[in-house]
Amino acid sequence: MPTPNWLRRRGAKPQAADDKLWEICPSCGERIFIKDLDARLRVCPKCGHHFRLPALDRIALLADGDFDEIAENLTTGDPLGWSDRIPYREKTQNDRTKSGLLEAIIVGFCTIERMPAGLGVMEFNFRGGTMGGVVGEKVTLLVEECARRRVPCVLVTASGGARMEEGMIGLMQLAKTSAAVERFGELGLPLVSILTDPTTGGVSASYGFQADIVIAESGAAIGFAGRRVIDQTIRQKLPEGFQTAEFLLEHGQVDMVVRRADMKAALANVLRFLTSARYGAAEARRPKSA
Amino acid sequence: MNVIVELEKPLLELEAKIEGLKKLNETQRVDFSAEIRALNEKALSLEEEIFGNLTPWQRVHLARHPKRPLAMDYIARLDGFVELHGDRGYRDDPALVAGFAYLAGTPVFVLAQQKGRDTKENLYRSFGMAHPEGYRKAARIMRLAEKFAKPLISFIDTPGAYPGIGAEERGQSEAIATNIKLMTGLRVPIVVNIIGEGGSGGALAIGVGDRVLMLQHAIYSVASPEAASSILWRDSSKAEEAAQRLRLTSEDLFEFGIVDEVVPEPMGGAHRDPGKVIDAVLAADKRALETLMRLAPDELVDQRYEKYRKIGAHEEMVLDRAAR
Ligand SMILES: [Zn+2]
Repeated sequence: MPTPNWLRRRGAKPQAADDKLWEICPSCGERIFIKDLDARLRVCPKCGHHFRLPALDRIALLADGDFDEIAENLTTGDPLGWSDRIPYREKTQNDRTKSGLLEAIIVGFCTIERMPAGLGVMEFNFRGGTMGGVVGEKVTLLVEECARRRVPCVLVTASGGARMEEGMIGLMQLAKTSAAVERFGELGLPLVSILTDPTTGGVSASYGFQADIVIAESGAAIGFAGRRVIDQTIRQKLPEGFQTAEFLLEHGQVDMVVRRADMKAALANVLRFLTSARYGAAEARRPKSA
Repeated sequence: MNVIVELEKPLLELEAKIEGLKKLNETQRVDFSAEIRALNEKALSLEEEIFGNLTPWQRVHLARHPKRPLAMDYIARLDGFVELHGDRGYRDDPALVAGFAYLAGTPVFVLAQQKGRDTKENLYRSFGMAHPEGYRKAARIMRLAEKFAKPLISFIDTPGAYPGIGAEERGQSEAIATNIKLMTGLRVPIVVNIIGEGGSGGALAIGVGDRVLMLQHAIYSVASPEAASSILWRDSSKAEEAAQRLRLTSEDLFEFGIVDEVVPEPMGGAHRDPGKVIDAVLAADKRALETLMRLAPDELVDQRYEKYRKIGAHEEMVLDRAAR
């Protein structure tokens, strides 16, 4: 895939710190050259395991060509003056270097199979994709701007939940983004979420599952409480395949499970259908008194 | 045992014989065309003899014929079907299939009860008997249909809602009740197709609509004849008599105004020519939608109200107070 202009404008992708040449597939043990893995949308050629996809690659996968980023300069301060083993400011600075992004989400506008749409993509490599004030603000801005432009909104999630380092400000982003989603819903415009590995906590428990159509990517871990939390709290053996996309499908929680290679086509099918001609649209415009 | 499968055996044998002769006729020098003609005539009269005057009980079995086209056979003839899964709460119920597709270019949401073709699939699909989560998936689709202003079409083929412990624990009644109410007020056109068995509230839970179409040999009943037999006669052997009395055929229901249109089937039932039957049903759906989509949402819902408001039967009696 040639590098789209918007991606070129952003500059080169950040180099992995250890400069490693290959990855080991956690599912089948295959040793795969990173170059080959990237060329195959980071899907294991042997067993189909989906490695995590960086946000910029995800945008390149879903958008037709150009991507018009909004709110690209929003950055995180340190509302609580937080420090644990490492001060919060230092963590976010490290994540900026590591991911090449200012925060854990990129939002903007593009076309998807020629249909204009808002697209927000989360980046797990930035604070585990957690939602603090900036992620919440950018999601809200995107949804509001989609409403203003009367276009569908697509949110690709990858998140550990609300951001601890911002305390209750983090938690309240669930309410803030939900309010935007609720208002957006009144316009009869579609919100589609694509849940990727991993999507948990405050993001699954807000816009992740508030969408009209919820698509899960093959093999993604999706849930509310993370596996480790459940393990340590109830000390029960968890069933095989627990909290995978396929497990969620069987348990009625997602509309469909889609492989990465088929994702754009599946998303476009949904968008095309939901934005097709509305029954009664002509009537709605007719004055009530007539 | 399906009584129709038994009844149609001699006909199928005869038809196989005709096919055999036709092949011979093409490959051998001897001319069998006279024999073929004679056998064809015999087949026609045998068909008439077997199927010309089916009893309601036989019609029940025809509706349950193992080769009868199932909901997914109809859905496969729509364009671009995409299945949507799950009630977002408990489980994806394979007995109730939901999704969206295009009917002759018109975007529609689709709901259907799906039986299995074999034992394995029947276990997977609970013989087309939905659990509460199946009906809640349907409710979710109904709300989407309204939100995105798309018509809804449904295909009914179920012995009834799943009777079981889990289904009761999770609120089977509430799930069915919610759907029936939702459908009465849904502000988009709804076309219902009864293609096989319409079993009670479990069928009605996706069966309230502006146009209710029924295949000639489908059945639609307040309870299966077997259930009615055990409930009213306290004896499960009276199913045949129950079938007779329940008035569950398409002619009966058309007369009651419960069904708006009966789609004819070929002699011997839909399974004798599935492609033709499916096309006829979808063509009828298309016509129905064209008419309904001309109505404004308010008119549509008002008409639907009147349609169901009219169904009933009552008499009046003036009590003679002095005589009491
Ligand atoms: Zn692998």
